[in-house]
Amino acid sequence: MTPETTMTSAQYIQHHMVHWQLNLQTGHWGNGGFWVLNLDTLLLSVILGSLFLFTFYWIARKPKPGVPDKMQNFIELAIEKVDDTVKDSFHGDRRFIAPLGLTIFIWVFLMNFMDLVPVDFFPRIFQWAGVEYFKGVPTADPTLTFALSLTVFTLIIYYNFKAKGVILLSREILSRPFGWYLFPINILFRFIDELVKPMSLSLRLFGNLFAGELIFILIALLPWWSALTLGAVWTIFHLLIILIQAFIFMMLTIIYLSMAQESH
Amino acid sequence: MEAAQFIAIVQGLSAIAVGLLIGLASMGTAIGFGVLGGKFLEGVARQPELSPMLMVRMFLMAGLVDAFAAISLAMGLVLMFAKNPFLAAVTAAIKTTAQ
Repeated sequence: MTPETTMTSAQYIQHHMVHWQLNLQTGHWGNGGFWVLNLDTLLLSVILGSLFLFTFYWIARKPKPGVPDKMQNFIELAIEKVDDTVKDSFHGDRRFIAPLGLTIFIWVFLMNFMDLVPVDFFPRIFQWAGVEYFKGVPTADPTLTFALSLTVFTLIIYYNFKAKGVILLSREILSRPFGWYLFPINILFRFIDELVKPMSLSLRLFGNLFAGELIFILIALLPWWSALTLGAVWTIFHLLIILIQAFIFMMLTIIYLSMAQESH
Repeated sequence: MEAAQFIAIVQGLSAIAVGLLIGLASMGTAIGFGVLGGKFLEGVARQPELSPMLMVRMFLMAGLVDAFAAISLAMGLVLMFAKNPFLAAVTAAIKTTAQ
């Protein structure tokens, strides 16, 4: 885990902050401003997402009668817990919301879990393959967390229209919370209220994981005996954080959708 | 040497900024966690049978409280250990005037 001797610590940290990027305008590697694909994030998140889908599908396709094995037990536990959580907060048809919650929870958790992989593991492997920069944690990339939260935001808007219709919704936007006479302020308040949701969702996840990854990088710079102990301590603490952050993302998604469905 | 003075001023102010970023954020979070844990214990003392439900809610709130401190901490650490944009601007300005 020690950096090369030619690198200073600031260079080592900066090396870990750069994504494996594809510039869409020129077709070369490297930063292209807005038109850029973060290939490392895309690769890892797609692999982890398909791992989740494939495993759950594989187990659910042929459930064993009688005594279930450990994997089946785990998956049943996850599904039941998420379904109970959704049942508590979301009233109404949850045939779409419960799988959405499960997907968000497991996927975000798996992507957060990449934070516990040693910080130089993926960069070294990809360095042998000729890739200069590689960031190993998909959720420590704001583009991915914003993609997740904007999808949730779209769903919030959809559920608002679906549950209330245009007339009821516009009446709610114009007349709450201050009555009809202050409708410009009501619109402004509603606007801020809705825009804050995706911002806070994504920035919370990004901030936590980015801070965690940064501290792992700083620990990697220490001599090996203190890196080992401090790394173990931070790993144990971080195991709690990544689980809680995945749970919070799921929980807030459900709460926002139930708020969108119920009229104020 | 004027250049060294400029760099020293920016470095000192950056160090103070890092201290404020990390320190104030952790202070706020510490107070928040104290209130949260205290209220949780009160709630459990009142109604022990609700403690599993309250535990889940407490962890949810802990994550919410934790987030802003983590963001602030990350910003502070980037400013301290990685590239400092203010210092980079100063060094670039010094280079152009020296030429």
